[in-house]
Amino acid sequence: MAGRVVALIVTLLTLGPLALVAWRAEGGWGADWPALRFTVTQAAVSAGLSVLLAVPVARALARRRFRGRGALIALLGAPFLLPVIVAVLGLLAVFGRSGLLNGALGVAGLPNVQIYGLHGVVLAHVFLNMPLAVRLILQGWQAIPSERFRLALSLGFGPRDIARHLERPMLREVLPGTAVVIFAICLTSFAVALTLGGGPRATTVELAIYQALRFQFDLGRTASLAALQCLICAAAVLLAMRLSVPPGFGKGLDRVVAFAPPGWRRIADALVLMLATLFIASPLAMIAARGLPGMMDLPQAVWAAAGRSVLVALGSTALTVAAALALAGGGRGMGLMATLPLAASSLVMGTGLFIAIWPFIAPERVALPVTLLVNAVLALPFAYRILAPAMGALRADYGPLADTLGLRGMSRLRWLVLPRLRRPLGFAAGVTAALSMGDLGVIALFAAPDGPTLPLLVQQLMGAYRMEQAAAAALLLVLLSFGLFLLFDWGGRRGSDL
Amino acid sequence: MRLLSAFLFLPAMAAAQDRPVLTAMTYDSFVTEWGPGPELERSFEATCGCDLRFVAPGDAAAMLSRLRLEGPRSEVDVIIGLDTNLMGAARESGLFTTLEGMPATDLPVEWTDSTFLPFDWGWFGFVMNRNMPIPASMAELADSDLRVVIQDPRSSTPGLGLVMWMKAAYGDQAGAMWERLADNILTVTPGWSEAYGLFTEGEADAVLSYTSSPAYHILAEGNSSKVAPIFTEGHYLQVEVAAKLAGSDQPDLADDFLRFLLSDEAQKVIATTNWMYPAREVDLPEAFAGLPRPEKTLFLPPDQVEDLRDAAIDEWQAALSR
Amino acid sequence: MALTFDATLIRMDDFRLIADWQIGKGERVAILGPSGAGKSTLLMALAGFVPLSAGRITWEGQDISRLPPDRRPVAMLFQDQNLFPHLTVGQNVGLGLSPRLRPDARQRSRVAQALAQVGLQGMEARRPAQLSGGQQGRVALARALLQDRPVLALDEPFAALGPAMKADMLDLVTKLAGERIVLMVTHDPADARRLAGQTVVVSDGMAHPPAPTARLLDNPPPALRAYLG
Repeated sequence: MAGRVVALIVTLLTLGPLALVAWRAEGGWGADWPALRFTVTQAAVSAGLSVLLAVPVARALARRRFRGRGALIALLGAPFLLPVIVAVLGLLAVFGRSGLLNGALGVAGLPNVQIYGLHGVVLAHVFLNMPLAVRLILQGWQAIPSERFRLALSLGFGPRDIARHLERPMLREVLPGTAVVIFAICLTSFAVALTLGGGPRATTVELAIYQALRFQFDLGRTASLAALQCLICAAAVLLAMRLSVPPGFGKGLDRVVAFAPPGWRRIADALVLMLATLFIASPLAMIAARGLPGMMDLPQAVWAAAGRSVLVALGSTALTVAAALALAGGGRGMGLMATLPLAASSLVMGTGLFIAIWPFIAPERVALPVTLLVNAVLALPFAYRILAPAMGALRADYGPLADTLGLRGMSRLRWLVLPRLRRPLGFAAGVTAALSMGDLGVIALFAAPDGPTLPLLVQQLMGAYRMEQAAAAALLLVLLSFGLFLLFDWGGRRGSDL
Repeated sequence: MRLLSAFLFLPAMAAAQDRPVLTAMTYDSFVTEWGPGPELERSFEATCGCDLRFVAPGDAAAMLSRLRLEGPRSEVDVIIGLDTNLMGAARESGLFTTLEGMPATDLPVEWTDSTFLPFDWGWFGFVMNRNMPIPASMAELADSDLRVVIQDPRSSTPGLGLVMWMKAAYGDQAGAMWERLADNILTVTPGWSEAYGLFTEGEADAVLSYTSSPAYHILAEGNSSKVAPIFTEGHYLQVEVAAKLAGSDQPDLADDFLRFLLSDEAQKVIATTNWMYPAREVDLPEAFAGLPRPEKTLFLPPDQVEDLRDAAIDEWQAALSR
Repeated sequence: MALTFDATLIRMDDFRLIADWQIGKGERVAILGPSGAGKSTLLMALAGFVPLSAGRITWEGQDISRLPPDRRPVAMLFQDQNLFPHLTVGQNVGLGLSPRLRPDARQRSRVAQALAQVGLQGMEARRPAQLSGGQQGRVALARALLQDRPVLALDEPFAALGPAMKADMLDLVTKLAGERIVLMVTHDPADARRLAGQTVVVSDGMAHPPAPTARLLDNPPPALRAYLG
């Protein structure tokens, strides 16, 4: 019941603004086929590569125990939370024309590599999303009951048999959903695609939406492009649902068995983890190096903006986690509703909400509450994706028992859901909080000039030539986002022996 | 909870009730503590007996979108910061009214428009480091090995300015010139900030900005390593304008404010926060006033921009998509 | 008669099961039959997890077939997953009194008493993982007793126990069930004998009316004979 209400609200907030924009449209409809082709291509390649690369990393993390493993898993949360421009500059500091990589190649007397182009876009999207994919797939590994591993080992299964009978069925369920989330994220990519794509070849639908809305004020074209984006996303979600097959591992107890094959696989795992760490950590290190010098003389306004952003983030987190729990309790069909916000153009969402709110109240007055609500909706797909599998398993394992005992509503939440889902809940809350810290897509049109959030302030500093202060404020933003993420994630993992 | 909601709603609630309110819409960097907004608000409110409120819904293009969405019910009295590339669209919207009795302006071109009042202006130019080989023309830039970063004309006004610059300088040959320039273009960003960031990070040799941009580095950072070379083809002019809404309920106050924008005091503030040239001759710091200026100013009237825009962008896109 | 399966039909894909009989208060009924015949499904329908395609189930004349599981007069022990591993033994048993789980002194003493009845005095603070399989079964039984429902439905909850321990558990159930109806799914005729009441044979899409266990096992009808071998 709660799930259906939430689904309705989310659908309304996702498609409602689009409908309002279409309603205000006077012109005709229009599409941009080359942009559409490029958008879908880069999103599909980015999503495919992200999950492919994530599998060996997740497997290595699942079956190896080493010092710093926890820190590495936490670090995986970081790239995903970076504001776009910060991520782009960090990546360019490593892979760009005058970046570390080309510097090293130059010293070795090798020719330079060129980052700009489709491969650059894909590189950036893999950097941003592959770590998230690792976390989602790692959850899948941890969800294989240890009894199955024990049974497999007692039957004398080698790594190959384990892959075939345990890991592949698990991946079959987890990968399509993970890929579709990343596909949808990349579908609305705009600044990353254009900047690293090297020019107008890399025009995405979202850029076409921006142009139609801001420069041409062609609401009909805006609405049709946005609708197209939603349709592609919906198609991808439905395809993923068809491809995804629940593995049917059944119930298990709570202990974890590490299956750690020795030999060359051990070395391969170590190599995979080292490469992944290098790939993720080096742009992050460059971002820190860029921001540190300015940290000392940050303008006062930064702290107020930071406070505002943290409040918005915490509010969004509470809303999102509650909504995701309600949706995850509502069964498989909710997946589509819960993924749709990913494909929503935040620009269109902002415009539609503006059309809705303008007749009733001055938009400035509700800028922060609207930001909070929109961030909550935009983060929902991630929270849902994290919670839904765990919720499904919980229902399968303990649903009947809880039902006969009349555990429902708050009692069920307090005594069954919260304790059993502590770990995914912490992860989901962390991702949501960090995402809400970073987002600025919608607030711009509503902006209250006295009260910018931290990401908006970073943008304003850059607009005022203050690149060093902007870099420092961006570092603060990243640290705060990551701090919130770690706090929730750690809170979830601590005391959860699951 | 009450504390939270007070905090969330606070910015909009603090306002005096008794004085007349003048609502000015502008772009977001205008109202930050580094822009001209706070200083202008202080000095205008000292004399007007009114409450000046800024609304800043994003960049210049976002302002116009929002005004069109708001329609005639808008509470905005004046808009500050449309530019010559958006003027055609703004005029077509029919939201603005003609002005009377405004001070004369000094621009590199003759200005006859009576709806849109210039308050600052600049020439588009490429900013680069002094120690690089400095091109003397667009053609030299195209033949050099310099890698520049520019903005997308579909999402940024400087980007559109460059497209118009090429059109004004090369006319029918603009497409061919774009093709010559294509291998010098490192990449294209959605907006000015990203492009400028790429340049200051050392990723690009030059960035599309304004010939007056080096003034910021000299005056605010004491850094004179940045230059904006003057091109023999001439430089394209961008004029930032203010206008009065036809539906304003404070028309006289709006006129007062627009006149104030052109006062010596306001013009100086604008020049050294926006880093653009003032619309009237006022004293500027030597480092700013002494910057090299183009000998030739290129400019296309707004209605012509409107006609040329789509074809010129297609030309740009075709050349850079090769 | 207390519990009535009134021309009930359960249908799922190819599977069909018909039951049409009654059980009186305090009866002990074993449900016996080959695996896959629908023994568990019959209990699940009674407990409210499987919908009826036709007919109804009544308790003292009231139709209960549309009630949610916790509103039925049934306390259920499943084949496994009878305890929440993250809750203590005391909390698990306490859930039988109220899902709100904020016990007052009186409720706490009832939990202690129930644990004592199943031979687990003072084990409130343990976690299920610290108990043996037999002890876990006793905890679940303690909770089912506290639920105080007139029907106790057991879906082979002791199947994993050794013969001696299982016999002990069955005796305990018989002793503590009192006036309750006990319905127990089993595949072992010895369990049915131990329960010493009636037996429902489930086979070929039919849950046959209960008949005295001893007579049935001594002189089995053809369907049962095929199963007993």
